[in-house]
Amino acid sequence: MSLLSIRNLDIALPEGADRPFAAKDINFDLAPGEILCIVGESGSGKSMSANAVMGLLPQGVKATGGTITFDGQEILNLPERQMMTLRGKRFSMIFQEPLSALNPLMRVGAQIAEVFEAHGALGPSQRHARALELLDEVGIPDPEAAIRAYPFQLSGGQRQRVMIAMALALEPDILIADEPTTALDVTTQAQILKLIENLRGSRGMGVIFITHDFGVVADIADRVIVMQKGEIVETGTADAVLLHPEHPYTRALIDAIPRLTRYAHSDDPLGTPIMRVEGLSKTFTTGSGSFFGKQRVVKAVQGVSFDLFSGETIGIVGESGSGKSTVGRCLVRLVEPDKGRVLIDGADIAPMSGTELRETRRKMQMIFQDPFSSLNPRARVSRILTEGLIAYDTPRTQAMDKARKLLDLVGLDASAMERFPHEFSGGQRQRIGIARALALDPSIIIADEAVSALDVSIQAQVLDLLADLKTRLNLSMLFITHDLRVAARICDRIIVMQKGRIVEVGPTAKVLHDPDTAYTQSLLDAIPGQDYERALMQVE
Amino acid sequence: MKEFWKRFRYNRGAVIGLVILALVIATAIAAPFLFPQSPWKMVQRPFLPPFTDDTLWLGTDALGRDVLSGLAHGAYVSLLVGLVSTIVALAIGVPVGALAGYFVGRTDDILMRLTEFFQTIPSFALAIVLLAIFQPSLTYVIIAIAVVSWPPVARLVRGEVLSLRTREFVEAATLSGLGNDQIILRHVLPNALPAIVVLASLMVAQAILLESSLSFLGLGDPNIMSWGYMIGAARTVIRTAWWLSFLPGMAILLTVLALNLIGEGLNDALNPRLTRKSE
Repeated sequence: MSLLSIRNLDIALPEGADRPFAAKDINFDLAPGEILCIVGESGSGKSMSANAVMGLLPQGVKATGGTITFDGQEILNLPERQMMTLRGKRFSMIFQEPLSALNPLMRVGAQIAEVFEAHGALGPSQRHARALELLDEVGIPDPEAAIRAYPFQLSGGQRQRVMIAMALALEPDILIADEPTTALDVTTQAQILKLIENLRGSRGMGVIFITHDFGVVADIADRVIVMQKGEIVETGTADAVLLHPEHPYTRALIDAIPRLTRYAHSDDPLGTPIMRVEGLSKTFTTGSGSFFGKQRVVKAVQGVSFDLFSGETIGIVGESGSGKSTVGRCLVRLVEPDKGRVLIDGADIAPMSGTELRETRRKMQMIFQDPFSSLNPRARVSRILTEGLIAYDTPRTQAMDKARKLLDLVGLDASAMERFPHEFSGGQRQRIGIARALALDPSIIIADEAVSALDVSIQAQVLDLLADLKTRLNLSMLFITHDLRVAARICDRIIVMQKGRIVEVGPTAKVLHDPDTAYTQSLLDAIPGQDYERALMQVE
Repeated sequence: MKEFWKRFRYNRGAVIGLVILALVIATAIAAPFLFPQSPWKMVQRPFLPPFTDDTLWLGTDALGRDVLSGLAHGAYVSLLVGLVSTIVALAIGVPVGALAGYFVGRTDDILMRLTEFFQTIPSFALAIVLLAIFQPSLTYVIIAIAVVSWPPVARLVRGEVLSLRTREFVEAATLSGLGNDQIILRHVLPNALPAIVVLASLMVAQAILLESSLSFLGLGDPNIMSWGYMIGAARTVIRTAWWLSFLPGMAILLTVLALNLIGEGLNDALNPRLTRKSE
């Protein structure tokens, strides 16, 4: 007997949206103790379907047909008051960003107790005891301290554990997890996945797990639903869908997954170093250290040295806070390094200023992470692409010609010139960002998490584009990423960073398959979906 | 633009405000044609109540001057003062805020201490002092109002710029070799514009109120008929001829209300994600 059963569910979008339905003709069942994964790219309607179960559809979005039956009761279009008693108690939800889902001004213990209070469960003293038990159950070290902590005092993984504790407080029958590990580091992700899997086992809870990451799906799912543009294209057990996909869309998604075993081979001997980094250090201090509180000192980068050879791609990988992005920004002087030298063609960029800095900086350009904040929303593409050239005294007509060529180079139509950034999709915007970086004919490209905000299929296209451009234009590239699988696909050498220091450097194949340090090994072990990758290779 | 208008119209108050403001502007423009005579000219016996004479709809004041003519000419003065003093205040406040927010550090400290110096003096008192020092002409009224109203602009622009300067598109512009002046003018300020526009609409209303208050106290330009002056002149006869204070008071109320409604509508239209009506 299934716990939840959804039949012919249609969710309509308000008029004027890009398609009439957020989700159309959704059918699925969830059994107690089962983990059901809904996978799809952004905009596929996977979150909307889950929100419909919770009765939490955004303003203007309505379920127009079908039924949602929970435990024998029809809950679609149930009055808000009755939904409130079900929410939290019978089914609960955890979200992607635990920092914004927790109240920053309330202690963790009070927030968990509030869940009991809202449903009138337990007395005040019992609530505290139960909160402590829950924190212990979700594996927070030192629950006694954590219960008195404010959310900002906890790490990302601990905050997500607190969210899970809150979701579990009233022993729900169904847990809906909407991308719960996307904002976390791999090692933390692995722990949270394990936790969810254990809890499902010990409580017999049904879990709907929404994600875009096939590695995660492979590690955790019993059954899988693949959604595309609001419709379910494939359903089945995890093995069937992941190893023997029937629908072409599922197959395309699986082909696009970056894999550890498919790394870039380069047997070319290393050329001449185009950039030498020696002893780069950067310390951030916040707070004045006076009467108003303690000074905080963060040693973001400590004595980082490496050489980048001509035509080479180096990947800098590490968890959040490892200082990898700060290194990239120090190299182009967006952040002023405290110590160290950055030699470009023999000239040290670190002490430069004025015209000298401008001329040298021209050789290094950056591609940014977020395609939505890296383009000025009020500038047309033509201006975005030409203003750098014009700033370096290129005549306007020549700059416009060059911009059109760049668009062609990154696979966009010349008609894009007169449009604004918001008229493009995430992948297209990232292509514009790449074109902008190439406009000044740099010899070094620094890509800071350039594909992390993109869907897998788009990610694959952009990575191919970067690899292709690199060989065609003979660029050297510094590829900063948290995702080892992405690094594997594009990098010749990999630098692993931890807490501001380099812990390991080596050729991609060596670092990924025979690492020297335990830290690198732990990063590798945490990558989701490795068994699946092996199984997939056997099938192929 | 179409989208902007659609969201603006969604706020019904804003549309009403726009209609009222349009009427006030039309009156100000038409005043010299509808009432070619000077509003200071005595035309009838004093204290003629409204709607008693077919040619003088709103009656006459204590000296027998046409009230309707005074209101029409006063509209021109109010709008002129509101608009010009706001433009002057923006011309001071926007550069100060932009430089402070973009360069941070010492520049920020110096400019913000200066701003705070002006903010700590009660603005109305400062305006009175300024007008007591200079001669009370329209130009100095405008300057006095501008001098007391730029600090909030500077603070708002600084806040916006502080958050915009760390955006990736600003970093990208730096890497493209653009100078600081170009980055501020072409990348940072255009993105701060929505907030500035909303504040400016409210500042016009504030300036009209300030001008009226100054004129009420007799510190305005004595050669110009303004709403504040009309109320000030009629305050001694408020028990016998209340309409002489009431009518210009209503004119001020409606104009200021209209500008506030428009400001709110602009806020909804320019910052759609912050709209209060999203629930």
